[in-house]
Parts: sequence; structure tokens; C-alpha cells
Amino acid sequence: MTGTALAGIGATEFSKNSGRSELQLAAEAVFAALDDAGLAPADVDGLVTYTQDSNQEIALAREVGIGDLTYFSRVHYGGGAACGTVAHAAMAVATGAAEVVVCYRAFNERSGRRFGQPDARLSGEPSSQGLEMSWHVPYGLMTPAAWVAMFAQRYMHEYGAKSEDFGRVAVAMRRHAASNPAAWFYQRPITLDDHQASKWIVEPLHLLDCCQESDGAVALVVTSAERARDLRRTPAMITAAAQGAGAGQMMMTSYYRDDMTGLAEMGVVGRKLWQISGLSAADIQAAILYDHFTPFVLTQLEELGFCARGEAKDFIRDGGIEIDGHLPVNPHGGQLGEAYIHGMNGIAEGVRQIRGTSVNQVSDVENVLVTAGTGVPTSGLILSRG
Amino acid sequence: MTDLHALAAKVAAEGEGPRLPAASPVDQTMIRHWTEAIGDANPRYRGQDAIAPPAMIQVWSMYGLDRASARRIRVPLDDLLDALTEAGYTGVVATNCEHTYHRHVVPGDELTSATRLTDLAGPKKTALGDGYFVTWNVTWYAQDEPVAEMIFRLLKFRPREKRSPSEERKPYPLRPAQNRDTAFFWEGARSGELRIQKCGDCGELRHPPGPLCPSCRSTERTYAVAAGTGVVYSYVVHHNPPVPGRETPFVVAVVELPEGVRIVGNVVDCAAAEVEIGMPVRVAYHVMDDELTLPMWTPVQHRES
Repeated sequence: MTGTALAGIGATEFSKNSGRSELQLAAEAVFAALDDAGLAPADVDGLVTYTQDSNQEIALAREVGIGDLTYFSRVHYGGGAACGTVAHAAMAVATGAAEVVVCYRAFNERSGRRFGQPDARLSGEPSSQGLEMSWHVPYGLMTPAAWVAMFAQRYMHEYGAKSEDFGRVAVAMRRHAASNPAAWFYQRPITLDDHQASKWIVEPLHLLDCCQESDGAVALVVTSAERARDLRRTPAMITAAAQGAGAGQMMMTSYYRDDMTGLAEMGVVGRKLWQISGLSAADIQAAILYDHFTPFVLTQLEELGFCARGEAKDFIRDGGIEIDGHLPVNPHGGQLGEAYIHGMNGIAEGVRQIRGTSVNQVSDVENVLVTAGTGVPTSGLILSRG
Repeated sequence: MTDLHALAAKVAAEGEGPRLPAASPVDQTMIRHWTEAIGDANPRYRGQDAIAPPAMIQVWSMYGLDRASARRIRVPLDDLLDALTEAGYTGVVATNCEHTYHRHVVPGDELTSATRLTDLAGPKKTALGDGYFVTWNVTWYAQDEPVAEMIFRLLKFRPREKRSPSEERKPYPLRPAQNRDTAFFWEGARSGELRIQKCGDCGELRHPPGPLCPSCRSTERTYAVAAGTGVVYSYVVHHNPPVPGRETPFVVAVVELPEGVRIVGNVVDCAAAEVEIGMPVRVAYHVMDDELTLPMWTPVQHRES
């Protein structure tokens, strides 16, 4: 990805009821990102989003006045697509398929279709995914919290992690969100006792192990490093971008591979990121780790090499992943604290950390690692100062 | 239901049953009754050189109104029809009848008829209910000369049960999608078998199943019937949000089988708090509705030996 950069970021407000269509949210975020970069809609010739996004590229292009498109693609597997959109965009720019590519994700996930609600249609069709779901949905194992809880239980059993260890992730995220005015949980920190007292969703997960649901949109502008240097903002260089799926991979239910305590797909992403960048965990000053559910933050720390297997519970103890810890994670508050925009808001925070403009700025940031959805085929980025 | 097919194979192997004599010889009076009833004025069926209408062939060997079973001579086909009735396929509807005539039948012919089973197909889903199609062949003889043949097919079906609305079992809302790669599993569950895909070439077991053997690329698929025991490898207790067709809390587990594969299912018949990793469980089949049976897991009690 050498030679590509994130030149602009934009977002709507994060709410529980946006009061407008998903297409309008997407358009507003794209305008904000282009304004941030100092580019016009006419400069855009590529668009990338998630397969799950309901706004077609051409509909968005019509709305914001983008003319000819020479590149458009979609990335699959739910929130695992997040960094993948930037990977696709960077490859398009690097190959000359397009010059300015906008990545976007927009939804009314709280006021519209809520991903956390059971939906019997998951196993309704004999597609490969429908058949995969059919080994689980008939037993009522059909919500993201339940799918993650199955991994978490085994993880706790093998490594002696406790519910409180997961709770420390939630406490850290809410601490960060409390000082982020854009966060839904601005000025609303929690304690470990709050976490422990929150109701069961799916044991071993409490309510406060689960991220919130949000309405909103985020857009990101990817262009060449050379062009980005001439634009308004300090570019965030895309040092590495990678997608990953592991052997025996399923959507949220990879229970059939030998090891049920890891996230093999995140291991794939991590190894690729380190290989492309030539960096290692020690070179990362801040990490944006996908946090739809707390247990997988621990797993990611292990898969990415920030600590050894089974030792994440020690790594996060005593504020280890808080803003003043040894690895600040999600200074914006993550999806637990800021908003659930399917991982795209985390990439925007990664860019702010590189620019030095975050409300919870980590000092002396050279490289930020960003990850996407966990439990699914996923993706990751390393962003760096130019 | 393989026993029905086995019986059918046995009946078919017996070939043609005994030649049963018609109640009376072919005669003018019966021909006249039949043509008048049908409204057939063809002169070939009247007078000195009359022939019997070919389509009338079945009339000559029909049982009369005397249905006393003691007078009825059993033929091999009856064994299969009785077995179908006993298996619950009590409904009958004829679906096919094809005649072939080798020569004209004339008054004075003394006919016999003999029956042989040619096919049993099923079970099939039909609009009337699940059932089997039974096909047989009847040959009519005058002395040893075959004069006509008939291919006859009927559907023996299980009539749909009419339940009162309060008794009616609602369809379970959480249904698995199925296709040709996975249907064997769900059919097994309905018949009380926990079927694990087994490669027909290298013998590797695999769950969840798929169209190929990932080890040797073989498409020769078969299955092993698992012993039905296992150990809880991981589990969850679902509390929120509510799940259609389920009462919370309920337990879902990943169960490791001694055969070497894992499978997901509910743990039932014990309190959620009693479930733990390593707990031995045994399969229990739960009929969810008329079509779906789910293999679930029940704790195996430890006994001091």
C-alpha cells in the first residue's frame, strides 16, 4: 500500500434515531470527508462500501454529484469489511484504477434494522451461509452476543479469565468516551461494579460487554500519498492493509476448528500487516481494536502479538489499555463508548491520532494499528505519519 | 422405511402370483349390461359373432359383491398392500391404468388373471399426504394364451390428521435450510439417528457436512451413525433478547463427540447453572413440529460403580 494515504474523514452525528434515510446519512458523511480533505465530489472516481450497506454506490454518486466512476467494489462479512474498504481503495489508487476513492458506511442500525435481534431468516435459504447458520439457528444460537459468548466461555475455561477481565475493557472504553463530545456515552463513565451488575444478555456476557447500537455514517477519502500531501490535512499514510480468513472459517461460529480460544483470521491479518510494514507490536503507539463485544478485545491483543496467548487479562489489568496505559486502545471510546458504525468510526479515530487532532490524543504517535470485525473474516490497517 | 422396500423386493422376486379363475365365462348377457351402461352401441359387441369390448377386460375378473375374506385368495401383492396399511398408509387412490390387448375376448372364453408387483416408490410427499406409489401388472389368460395386460398404479398414503385448532402443532419458527449436501442429517434426526458425514473413500468424518471430502476430494459421501454420547466443550446461557419459539433462559452448547467431531445443540433436562464444560451428555431427539426433529443433549448421570 506504499504511496497511498487517508486524506479526509467525515461523519454524521452518532445517535439512536437519526430521523433521516441511510442514503442521506451516507451523503452527509461523504460531503464532510471531502470538505475535510479539501476535495470536491467531481474529484472522486471510486467508491467502496460493505456488501451489507443498503446504499448503492451509484445512488450515493447521484446524491453527492460524483460523475464518472472508474472503480467501485464491496467488501463482505459484516463489520469485517471495515479496513477492507480502505484496502480495496488503496489497491485501486496504487494500481491507477482510480485517483480518489471514498469508503463509506451508513445505517440506521438502532432505529432501523437491529443486528442484535434474532432473525429466523438467517437460516432461511440454502446458500452456503444459510446452511452454515442452519447448524446453529434452530437451537436459538442466533445473535452476535450468543455467538461470541460461546468463544468467551471456552476462553475463560482455558486461560482462567473472569467476567471482570472482560469488564475492564468496557470500563476503559467508557472512560475514553466520557471525554469525547462526539461519543454517545460522553460524560458517562462506568465502574467495574456497574459492569458486573448489568443484566445477562447471553452468559458469560453481561449487557455492558456488548456494544451499543447506533444510527450514523462515516466516510473516508483515500488517494495517493503524493496528492494527499498537497491537500488540507496531514495525511495518514497507509503503511499496510490486509484482509484475513482462517482455515475452517465460518461467520461468527468457527467452533469446529481445533482451537476455539483464538481468532485465527485476526492472526492472518496481523501477520500480513507486520510482513508488509516491516513493523512489530512494539512500533505501535495506539491501537483501534474492534470492540463489538469485550472478550474479543483480549483475543485480538493476543493474536496481534501485543501479549502472549492467555495473557491479555494481565495486559489489560490496571488500565493497561487506557489512554495512559502501555497500549492505549480506542481513545475515542470504541464502539462500546463512541458509536457502533461497523468499525468505520475507529478508522477515523486512527487518522486523528496520526494527525494529532484527537480529543483523547496519545502522545508521540507514529503508527496506529486498526482492526475490523471479529469472529468473521476480517481486515486491518497500519496508519503512519508521513 | 427400508423394510417396506425390502418387502417389495421380496414380493417382486416371487413374480406372478396364482392364476385366479374368473367368476364365470365371458358371456353375451354381461356384455349387454356393460355396453348399455356405458352407452356403447358398437355392432361388433352384438349378435352371433360378437366380441367382448376390450376395455371390459377387468370386469371378467372382478370380485363381486360378496366380499367375504374367506373366499378371497391372497396374492403376493397383498402382503405389501397390507404392510403399507399397517404402517399408516391407509389412504388409497388409483393414479394410473394402462391396458394392452393381445387378442379379442369372445363369449365362451374362460379367463384367468395373475398379478405381479413391478415397483414400489416412496415415501413421497403428495397433496394428499406422504405415501408410496405401488405399481403392478395383471395378465389375463385364456388357457395359457395371454389375451390382455394391465399396468396399474395406486398411491397408498397417510391421510393428513385433522386436528382441532387447539391441538394443532404450530410450525417451529427456527428452521434449518437444507440441501442435497445436508438433508441426510435432518432425515437422520427424524429417524432417531445422529448422522455424521463420512467420506466413502478415505473414511474421514466431518461435521458440519459438505459436498466434498476436504482430505481426499472424494464426492463419495456416506455417513456414520454416532454413538450419541458427547462432552460439553463450550456453552452459553441465552437470556436476552427473546428468541422466537424458545423460552429463556436456555442453554446452547458445542458438544465434542467421541467420534472426533463437534456439534452444536441445546442442553436440556437440567438447570442452566448445572451445565459446565466437560459435562458428559447423551443425545435426545426433540420433535419440534411435524417436519423438524432436533438432536439435543441431556446430562448423563454419574454413577458410583
